[in-house]
Amino acid sequence: MRSDTAPSRPAIFDVTGLTKIYRTGEVEVRALNGVDLRLEQGEMAVLLGPSGSGKSTLLNIIGGLDRPTSGSVKFKGEELAGASDRDLTLYRRNHVGFVFQFYNLIPSLTAWENVALVTEVATHPMPPADALALVGLESRMDHFPAQLSGGEQQRVAIARAIAKRPEVLLCDEPTGALDSATGIIVLEALARVNEETGATTAIITHNAGIRKIAHRVYSFLDGQIASCELNEERIKPSEVSW
Amino acid sequence: MKAFSMLDRKLIRDLARLWAQSLAVALVMACGVMTLILALGAARALDDTRAAFYDRTRFGDVFASATRAPESLKSQIAAIEGVSAVATRIVNPVIIDITGMAEPATGMLISIPDHGDPAVNRLYLRSGRLPEPGRDNEATVIEAFAEAHGFRPGDRFDVLINGRKRSLSISGIVLSPEYVYAIGPGDMVPDQKRFGVIHMHRSVLEGAYDMNGAFNDVSLTLSRNADQKDVIAWLDSILEPHGGTGAYGRKDHMSDAFLDSELTQLRAMTQVIPPIFLFIAAFLVNMILSRLIALEREQIGLLKAVGYTNATIAWHYAKLTLAISLVGITIGAIAGTRLGHGMASLYGEFYSFPFLVFSQEPDLYVISTLVTFAAALIGAANAIRGAVRLQPAVAMRPPAPTRYRNLFNASAGGFRLPFSQLTVMALRHLVRWPLRTALTTLGTALPVALLITSLFAFDSVEHMIDTIWFQADRQDATLTFAMDSSEDAIREVSRLPGVMAAEPFRAAAATLRNGHRSRNIQIIASNPETDVSRVLDRDFAAVTLPPAGILLSERLAGHLGLVTGDQVDIELNDGQGRRVLVPLVGVTNSYVGLNAHMSREALDRLSGQGGLISGARVIVDESRLDDLYAEVKQTPAIASVALQGISRQRFRAVIEENIGISITIYVTLAVIITFGVIYNSARIQLSERARELASLRVFGFTSGEVSSVLLTELGVMVLLAQPLGWLIGHSFSVLVARGFETDLFRIPLIINPSTYAVSSLIVLGGALVSALIVRRRIDRLDLIRVLKTRD
Ligand SMILES: Nc1ncnc2c1ncn2[C@@H]1O[C@H](COP(=O)(O)OP(=O)(O)OP(=O)(O)O)[C@@H](O)[C@H]1O
Ligand SMILES: [Mg+2]
Repeated sequence: MRSDTAPSRPAIFDVTGLTKIYRTGEVEVRALNGVDLRLEQGEMAVLLGPSGSGKSTLLNIIGGLDRPTSGSVKFKGEELAGASDRDLTLYRRNHVGFVFQFYNLIPSLTAWENVALVTEVATHPMPPADALALVGLESRMDHFPAQLSGGEQQRVAIARAIAKRPEVLLCDEPTGALDSATGIIVLEALARVNEETGATTAIITHNAGIRKIAHRVYSFLDGQIASCELNEERIKPSEVSW
Repeated sequence: MKAFSMLDRKLIRDLARLWAQSLAVALVMACGVMTLILALGAARALDDTRAAFYDRTRFGDVFASATRAPESLKSQIAAIEGVSAVATRIVNPVIIDITGMAEPATGMLISIPDHGDPAVNRLYLRSGRLPEPGRDNEATVIEAFAEAHGFRPGDRFDVLINGRKRSLSISGIVLSPEYVYAIGPGDMVPDQKRFGVIHMHRSVLEGAYDMNGAFNDVSLTLSRNADQKDVIAWLDSILEPHGGTGAYGRKDHMSDAFLDSELTQLRAMTQVIPPIFLFIAAFLVNMILSRLIALEREQIGLLKAVGYTNATIAWHYAKLTLAISLVGITIGAIAGTRLGHGMASLYGEFYSFPFLVFSQEPDLYVISTLVTFAAALIGAANAIRGAVRLQPAVAMRPPAPTRYRNLFNASAGGFRLPFSQLTVMALRHLVRWPLRTALTTLGTALPVALLITSLFAFDSVEHMIDTIWFQADRQDATLTFAMDSSEDAIREVSRLPGVMAAEPFRAAAATLRNGHRSRNIQIIASNPETDVSRVLDRDFAAVTLPPAGILLSERLAGHLGLVTGDQVDIELNDGQGRRVLVPLVGVTNSYVGLNAHMSREALDRLSGQGGLISGARVIVDESRLDDLYAEVKQTPAIASVALQGISRQRFRAVIEENIGISITIYVTLAVIITFGVIYNSARIQLSERARELASLRVFGFTSGEVSSVLLTELGVMVLLAQPLGWLIGHSFSVLVARGFETDLFRIPLIINPSTYAVSSLIVLGGALVSALIVRRRIDRLDLIRVLKTRD
């Protein structure tokens, strides 16, 4: 059994006192309100919480897409909070893979090309075909997004995210747009990648059933972390009840 | 597969998908490049060729004529500071009689030294040779005249030299720097058949004109840092006692002035036309790219999320812009080069150069390419900046629904506007993007303006023809005597066969001054009331010439800074040096040349010599024209004859051919712009609103009704564009008319209502076709697909 106070593995993310305030005119929205969080090398974390509780905001900040209003985000000891645009771009390019709810594939590129889009700018990528094979799409490489189903498109997105062998894989509701069977296929792909590449993986989801596949589960409420639990027993994605 | 990066593949596919829109933009760019290459290339060809030809033939810098000056003056003239070479000559107008041609041609008979080349204004031999010493009947003729008559060396023709008919043998065919643009007396465009320039040995002309040891014409070249003004002043003072009519520089040399005015027009064209196209192209690029980037918002966010730098993304869209430009530049360069050759050969018809090559120097293409790239990138800059500014986290979220203003609200305040909800949709959309609406309207107005600016030439030329030949110079011919004669001569003119009416005139060379401004000009004096040839005031009413005072044409009065009521300081160039102040009694309208008119009575008083006339204007019975021609060819007293009737026909033919060519070009250009603007804005609206329109179809609106939303918007912009286009077109026409105005001629600004109408109709037609193409896309809208995709 592992404990919060005595980490067994080195931290890859160390987040302390993170706040993010959005100002639109008069209105002020505290999307994050003092978040402390830790992710360890190679672990799979699930982030849960009601809509608007700040999950995506956090994921965007640790992924280097956005900046916090205050607080600190350390990636392997390096501070991201004050990093320049250029540094964040390099950080994303070299370390982070993203999967989004709506796939965000480039419609004018084929599955293979969408993956190659990322491997072209990565330092140690795997061949696009291997990444597609990992998600079981080796036979659909030359199809355009419009010729793929939602689940297939999401798997291409995962292949695209993992092809550069990222240290972290951040997934914002990767199964949100999918039915249960397809969702399971996608989760299996993620779990397999996590195991085979050792990428630290964070998955945002609204499906509480998914929590059981993770090492660690954070629950969000009103911009804060309400709880953090560790799973002693993980289940396989195929056992997730939808 | 390594050849193209993934982003480049996206680029190629984007281009392939947007090919129609891209092509429309590329064509607009092509027009800009084409006109730029054409105008710059033609201007350069003309400029370089002229410089080389002048240099080679030692074209004069200063010219003067006198009645009879002793050859001994030559050394005095050569001694003027700044003069590097002097050529004295005998130059006289002659009547040429060509077998088989009824009407007499006129010519300039110019002396060349018996031995060696002239020091100034050398001839460029095209074929044959210069006359040989001792062969007194040998002459050279200029090429244009020779070609018009099919003359070869060895052929013969007759001229009336000082009253004696002489048969000349052509020894050679030449080009002369003085007659690159060879235009006969009374003509407005060159008529190669009816105007010839003949060169013969000085000794022969000295004998024929009784000018032994004398000259009546002198040309000078100047050293590099000579002061032309000083030289002219000195030359005038030397020639004045010998009937000098006032020296002038190249600027006032007829042939060179025409070349200059052509160059002025080409430069004006370079400055106006290509910028219009490049402006529209920049606007279209902006429109297309903004839309593309809006559509690809999430893709851009993704690219940033996976670590593509802003620079890479900006470069990606810049490359798209450059690719479109490259297509435009290629098409434009090919078209410009081909048209350039056409233009050069058109010039070849009018200007006699030994060679005229359309300039294809690489820098021309480099300049056009750079300018076009720059325009396109300026157009793209704003859109690309938007892509760079996109925050990746925001970009991944779908954009908030556009906020519209609650305008045209049918239910607001109980006041119902008579619009359907569909029309309200269209109107709100227009108001939502006021800048884009304004630019699209402007983009549609510009082709209307361009058409008006080119079509108005027809109206103006018709008006000119009417004014010049049907209101003012209504004579069929103008006969000029070899020397001023007594008034009785008019009776003899009246007795010539076929002459139904004859009016005398007297011409006197004079210098008009006002303070430090001065002009050498021919004062034309006529009877107070004339019917054949009339002087028109600025309202085109015939003027009765007062017994005293002078009338000046508008431009001449302007040059001298005079208004009606001022005193004009006049000195007749009759060798007496008397200067008299004469009141300016009126300003006249004139489209050709600079004119000064007096009554004969007033000129007689001014000169102190009454009862002299220089020639007559005649109305001729058309059926007896040939008899008159035959008689004129036999009459020694008549030195030259201008045939206004033939000039008019020739003018109309030449001008209409030229205008016809340019109008074909301009209509094509206007249609391309219209298509580029309307088609693109329709396509972009369709893309922006596909969901909205598809939803309407789902709600049960017919495709006609749905199209009406889009077409209403287009229609509003196209209609607004018309008055705007008329306004801009009118302003452009004012600029063009002003830009083309020279001392040689002036184009009146006449724009008939039908010109506005035709311009609008052409653009409306182009807009309609573009709209119909887009309409077909609306009809074929794939509802399911549109609704499934997120936008
Ligand atoms: N750009 C923004 N401007 C203003 N408020 C924002 C912005 N982005 C997010 N928010 C607000 O911040 C809060 C947290 O948003 P966030 O997207 O992190 O929620 P979430 O937990 O991911 O919700 P969901 O499960 O619905 O995706 C919300 O109240 C949201 O409205
Ligand atoms: Mg979210």
